[in-house]
Amino acid sequence: MAEFKPADSMYEWFDQRLGIDKFVKVMMTEYWIPKNINFLWAMGVLLTVMFTLLLVSGIFLLMYYKPDVNMAFDSVNYTIMQEVGYGWLFRHIHAVGASVVFLIIYIHMFTGIYYGSYKKGREMIWISGMLLFMLFSAEGFSGYMLPWGQMSYWAAYVITEIFGGIPLIGGDLVIWIRGNFYVADATLTRFFMLHVLLIPVAILGAIVFHFYSLRFPHVNNEEGEFFDFDEEATKYLEGDKKGSKVVPFWPVFLSKDFFVLGFFLLFFFYLVFFHYDFAMDPINFDKADGLKTPAHIYPEWYFLWSYEVLRGWFFEIAGVSGKDLGLMAFGFANAIFLVLPWLDRSPMVKPANQRPYFKYWFWLLIADLMVLTEFGKLPPTGPNAWVGFGASLMFLVLFIALPFITKAEAKKVEGK
Amino acid sequence: MKEFKILAVLVALVGITYYGIEPYAHSVMHPEVAAADFTFKDLKNVDTKLVGNAANGKVLVETNCVSCHGIEKAGNPAPMPAADAAAAYGVTPPDLSHAGRIYDKNYLANFIYDPVSAMHLNHKYPVGGAKQFPMPPFPLPAQDIMDMVAYLQSIAPKVADDKAGHKATFEAACGRCHNMKYASIEATTPTDSLKTYMGATPPDLSQHIKSRGEHYLHSFVNDPQVLLKGTSMPRVGLNEKAQEEVIAYMEEVGDSKKAERETIGLYVMIYTFIFAILAYLWKRKIWSEVH
Repeated sequence: MAEFKPADSMYEWFDQRLGIDKFVKVMMTEYWIPKNINFLWAMGVLLTVMFTLLLVSGIFLLMYYKPDVNMAFDSVNYTIMQEVGYGWLFRHIHAVGASVVFLIIYIHMFTGIYYGSYKKGREMIWISGMLLFMLFSAEGFSGYMLPWGQMSYWAAYVITEIFGGIPLIGGDLVIWIRGNFYVADATLTRFFMLHVLLIPVAILGAIVFHFYSLRFPHVNNEEGEFFDFDEEATKYLEGDKKGSKVVPFWPVFLSKDFFVLGFFLLFFFYLVFFHYDFAMDPINFDKADGLKTPAHIYPEWYFLWSYEVLRGWFFEIAGVSGKDLGLMAFGFANAIFLVLPWLDRSPMVKPANQRPYFKYWFWLLIADLMVLTEFGKLPPTGPNAWVGFGASLMFLVLFIALPFITKAEAKKVEGK
Repeated sequence: MKEFKILAVLVALVGITYYGIEPYAHSVMHPEVAAADFTFKDLKNVDTKLVGNAANGKVLVETNCVSCHGIEKAGNPAPMPAADAAAAYGVTPPDLSHAGRIYDKNYLANFIYDPVSAMHLNHKYPVGGAKQFPMPPFPLPAQDIMDMVAYLQSIAPKVADDKAGHKATFEAACGRCHNMKYASIEATTPTDSLKTYMGATPPDLSQHIKSRGEHYLHSFVNDPQVLLKGTSMPRVGLNEKAQEEVIAYMEEVGDSKKAERETIGLYVMIYTFIFAILAYLWKRKIWSEVH
């Protein structure tokens, strides 16, 4: 055992036992971030703050929420919204936060794609990030069921029904997921468990893993430049702060993040207090009724693009039903982002606009996702159905074409 | 400047997507309908320009109405208990105390003349059909009808423009059929009778201010057939003021924290704005050392 000399201060006492000095250096003051970055690099900290807000507001909601089909709706809309002091505030923060967190996730994700921050050593950052995206999706979906409104019920019905399309086990799987032949009390209580225990625990673990995966390959920068972080760090520590290409996480990087966070929170709280309908669908203020189908069923906005990929296939092709084709496309869409680092065959790590072919691919993808999102909400009738089909097909084509496009790009770049 | 360009691109992409899935999609799913008509100009059976005589109206009302309707404010209690009346007629007949205050004059006159056409329920009670609306038409001379209307207007109590007043209007206008659980209001007609009479249980209105919203209610209450063709809910015939009071009450019950939300919202935003400014100044100071 190490020799401990009596501590002169409380700080020293803790430092001897917990290595506070060292820990702060490793985590904060000597954790190096590239200097050449813009405000898009603040999305990670924004997401951490959003997750904290969701966690804290969720804990308060959990104290009054009742996971029972007869009590859930009133426990949310009467007890929490009207009786509990500031219960409405926690619910608004939670509901609007759940929606806004996806906006930031998408910005974070497409920043990564735009700047090529998923390749050449950064594959695990991308994979752990996509894992978080999937966990957040599951968390969002399970949470949306809890208020037990009409859209809670029917979205749960439609989405669980999707699993019925899986060959052989589909029918049994749907019953297994629902815990009943239809969406019922058993479904609500198990999604409650998933929402407040299993998925949050998994998310916490995945966040730690995501942060850890950044340590070795380091954060990318605005030009995709590779440099020796140790060398630049030494430069910084020796006093050449202006010449060094890196800055410490604390206080330099975070000071910029707090500034971005301040203006982001202004936007967020505006939504929370004054403009929340987009995240709290009016239809969900009608209690769930399994005998009364709403005129329009649609998921929350952040699932619309993949919902439209599913729905776009509305006719039979070569003996395969539209439903099955949609299901295959849906499975493809949800898995394909995970392997993006291996679909991009070009070695260039540059902002998309500096890459000769990739730039077209990137902006086409953004446009396609916007079209999918828009038509995922509109009723799928007449020309809408065909636009949906075209956009869904386009999505598949874009990803199938990506390896060829980037291979060609690699060739072109090499030739120069 | 580069950061502003990036921000502009981001705002444009998010804004276009938002426009598509919110305002635009809503306009497709809920097309605009004809504006609410508080003059009920489709009703022309009675000449409402005639000046009514309340004293004569009192005699006519007491002859024609009180065998079924109570008028508490004029000292006429309901002729039978609500449940018995519902069993006899299908639905509890309304007490007429507030009728002169909450109903539009033209509507009320034409309602007395022919209730079914005033309520827009011809699809439910077609002429010569098997089902008859419990109240028969009273095709009296226009002067008589206007006298009755004048009488009902003369006895209607004034109510204050506050929650209690709004509640009185809500109960008179909606309370025979609709529950309002979050205000402990139960429909005066028993549920079983209502279900048989209406074909379905009318919804609880506790959260309708949120699930339907003010804009929808404004049109729906004025004439349910416009938004929900074929519904068995009658056109109630509220004048604009009474309808506003009903909707105000639905908001007071269904969104009771609105005032608190808006006040606190403002404070939180001011606080956050100060934080953002301080954070910006601090960032400027820190980054001046590294740039």
